[in-house]
Amino acid sequence: MKDKIITAEQAAEMIKDGSSVMLGGFMANGTSDAIVSALVERDAKDLTVICNDGGFGPQFDENGNETVPPKGNGKLIKNHSVKKLIATHIGLNKQVAEQMNNGTMQVELVPQGSMAEMIRAGGSGLGGVITPTGVGTDIANGEFTLQEMTLEGKDYLLMAPLHADFAVLKGSIVDKKGNVFYKGTTKNFQIVMATAADTVIVEAEKLVEVGELDPDYVMTPYIFVDYIVVGGDK
Amino acid sequence: MADVKQIIAHRVAQELKDGYVVNLGIGLPTLVANYVPEGIDISLQSENGIIGMAGVSAPDHIDPNVVNSGGVNVDIYEGAAFFDSAVSFGIIRGGHVDMTVLGALQVDQVGNIASHIIPGKMAPGMGGAMDLVVGAKKVVVAMQHTNKGAHKLFEEISLPATALRAVDMIVTELGVLEITDKGFTLRELAPGVSIEDMQAATGAPIVIDGEIKEMCMPPEA
Repeated sequence: MKDKIITAEQAAEMIKDGSSVMLGGFMANGTSDAIVSALVERDAKDLTVICNDGGFGPQFDENGNETVPPKGNGKLIKNHSVKKLIATHIGLNKQVAEQMNNGTMQVELVPQGSMAEMIRAGGSGLGGVITPTGVGTDIANGEFTLQEMTLEGKDYLLMAPLHADFAVLKGSIVDKKGNVFYKGTTKNFQIVMATAADTVIVEAEKLVEVGELDPDYVMTPYIFVDYIVVGGDK
Repeated sequence: MADVKQIIAHRVAQELKDGYVVNLGIGLPTLVANYVPEGIDISLQSENGIIGMAGVSAPDHIDPNVVNSGGVNVDIYEGAAFFDSAVSFGIIRGGHVDMTVLGALQVDQVGNIASHIIPGKMAPGMGGAMDLVVGAKKVVVAMQHTNKGAHKLFEEISLPATALRAVDMIVTELGVLEITDKGFTLRELAPGVSIEDMQAATGAPIVIDGEIKEMCMPPEA
């Protein structure tokens, strides 16, 4: 059995500047803090990040001192590691709008349900997603809309599949073979993202031996997972 | 006198029917959960992957793995279920949500809604709103009737659309309007509000077609 375990620092080295990265989590819930922190530590640059949101931005007191650190994707954004962000919601991180307005980061907004299916399509060999969501809106002219179409009298948009160089995920329980179980609402985009990147790195909140994770509870089968970073309480 | 937001939330809650699957937007719509009528059992859906969501968790009773779509820790009811984003939006887009309640910047008389962007000013992103208004069986806009006197209901929206012909009903502190083939059709007026008041606060013709009832108020009002 291939040893998939690497350190967060090795993961951050592997994710070269300029890479595209699918970052799991929803408002930081389920986002790999170990790998994101290591990317900030090595001062990663020019990443294209595909994530539900911009995470939580830092909060400051009246003197401009940071009182609450950023969370989730907000850490990468604060460090100016992101050149392009593909997301559904950026309203809880003011730094996204700041960097978008001063031209240092490009932001492409995609409806949340469309994004989930576009990633699923990217990972499962489908040529696109036909959805009624976004018809008659600016999304119809967006970067990922391949065409507008009418089927049996109903209007749809054909959305492009999404694929990335890396997926950076966090599992609640991961066995050493790479099978993953995600607790509660941490499943979010992670289950589809695990299928749609060339290299998939999962932070294991809890790492267990092969055989300890019941196959019935596996949400991401081990074949999708290339590397495991041991996280959790350190 | 109850708070305006409570009045609106209370009235929206009267639209709930037993067994409904409901998605509530952030802000005022969340308050609807406080007024679910007695004997009515609903399931709250949260687009980040919950059916059977309860209220915000007490600080000493937090499960870090369970949040709502705003990233806030929430409780769940016994029998709740978690799922990933693809399933969650299958539920939403697939017509398995009976009713969604959300705020809006503008709504027009054919039900077009603008709720996610003011170009050059505010662009938080649509999140799940575009999918929700397209997929939910009933779309209720719950909001204050005007923005400090400025109209929010128009003949035609001027802000970028979140969805076309999506809104079914608008509940405000002034009353209840239904979008019909004729336009903003007046169904209810709040106590003390006249048809003229309603028309003055609305940037499109109000249609009178059928009975106009008095809007019910929360018990403490």
